[in-house]
Amino acid sequence: MDSAFVIEKFILVAVIFGISLVIAMYSTYAERKVAAYLQDRLGPDRAGPFGILQPLADGVKMFMKEEIIPTSSNRFLFIAGPGLALLCACIGTAVIPWGSPVLIAGKTVSLQVADINVGVLYIFGVVSLGVYGVMIGGWASNNKYSLLSAIRAASQNISYEIAMGLSIIALLLMTNTLSLKEIVDQQHGWRWNVLYQPLGFLIFMVCSFAETNRAPFDLPECETELIGGYHTEYSSMKLGFYLFAEYINMFVSSAVMAALYWGGYNYPGMDSMAVWLGPTWAPLFGTAVFFAKICAFIFFFMWVRWTIPRFRYDQLMNLGWKGLIPLAIANIIITGVVIAIIEKF
Amino acid sequence: MSTQVFYFVATLSIIFSLMVIFAKNPIHSVLYLILTFFTFTVHYVLLNAQFLAVVNFIVYMGAIMVLFLFVLMLLNLNNETEPSKSPLIKIVGVIAGGCLVITLIGSLKSASINSPLILKNPGLGLVENLGKELFGPFLLPFELSSLLLLAAMVGAVLLSKRDEVEA
Repeated sequence: MDSAFVIEKFILVAVIFGISLVIAMYSTYAERKVAAYLQDRLGPDRAGPFGILQPLADGVKMFMKEEIIPTSSNRFLFIAGPGLALLCACIGTAVIPWGSPVLIAGKTVSLQVADINVGVLYIFGVVSLGVYGVMIGGWASNNKYSLLSAIRAASQNISYEIAMGLSIIALLLMTNTLSLKEIVDQQHGWRWNVLYQPLGFLIFMVCSFAETNRAPFDLPECETELIGGYHTEYSSMKLGFYLFAEYINMFVSSAVMAALYWGGYNYPGMDSMAVWLGPTWAPLFGTAVFFAKICAFIFFFMWVRWTIPRFRYDQLMNLGWKGLIPLAIANIIITGVVIAIIEKF
Repeated sequence: MSTQVFYFVATLSIIFSLMVIFAKNPIHSVLYLILTFFTFTVHYVLLNAQFLAVVNFIVYMGAIMVLFLFVLMLLNLNNETEPSKSPLIKIVGVIAGGCLVITLIGSLKSASINSPLILKNPGLGLVENLGKELFGPFLLPFELSSLLLLAAMVGAVLLSKRDEVEA
């Protein structure tokens, strides 16, 4: 392990962390603009041109607000909750391949922090860990509404994790690997997995919505029933952490969906582009394509939020257990049978 | 390097497992148990069993402990609802604990710490090799254990199902 390797990875981690934070920041702005567009309003337009400095203003406001820790709360866990939520949201980015290796100053640099051979499972583990931030925060607040929200988050998370895992299994039957890098490389050019696994992608996407607590699955923070849900008692930057974690989760799950099903940094005609742009700029263009796909997914998240009303709790459970899980199992069986037939002939 | 990491993580495992028992609040106990499982994950990584590490992470930390926490939060246990234990149970507990200590001492006495454990096949814990082992030589036990899980699942569904008359 030479020092150049350590420095290279350190820079990569810093850049990815910075990008996730900036994207999360501007997702808040984008959300308000998208909502305004869908509701025929203007949205924020005061801070800077087109309101482009609005996230900065929001951030400063969050920092300046008074910090309140309820006296009846569990102080340590109350502070640990939002921290854990943000941590779990951020560590998912470590295994995502952001681009094919780039030639910089005569040295090939990999654009992935860690290519572990169980990358898909790692993502899955991080996703399942994400609920602890909500649960611990909701419980430590010592508030009935927060507790109800924490319990809702836990049961929702567990229910949709199963369908999510089953939809990934069908994908893994096709790819024969758990490494995210290899899965993306297999989708060279036009061979995107979504063309072979449309049903699997649909299930995975619905589960991603549920796992990130986004509308129409945002029952843990359902304001008409639970005030603010698990962050009712939170103020200042601790509330900011929870909101931020949600947007980073959205970014990470968009990246995972784009990488697993929509070809990651692959695009049609990439071979001729590689010849034309050379070994430095072609991979970076691929990364730009990847980010364009991620942004499209983030937009889709927002589009759905402002289009579909929230589920009722029993509808949520019925969809998860009686709709998605049987569908995912059927998808596995169909995929298995098709693969067996193809291998036979 | 790896030995020092092992000792550090092993110490943490023991401390956290003791905290599980000594914590007054059941929720704190569960949180310490989650930390204990996390240190177990690190142990698996040190043994080069990456698949087992990640599965331990997903299943125990991500699913089972969430359920534990879920149930404890629903029950909202505290000192007032703690059932008082009869002296008979306490005596039985002491005897059972004593038996466990004797067994532990007996097994520790015969174990030699002079020969360090060397993995015969360091790559065994990787997904590919583990899968080939499970679905090759160990296919029957593997399928039998899945049958056990199925039986447990059917039992749970049957228990939670309401009678027609009642509903």
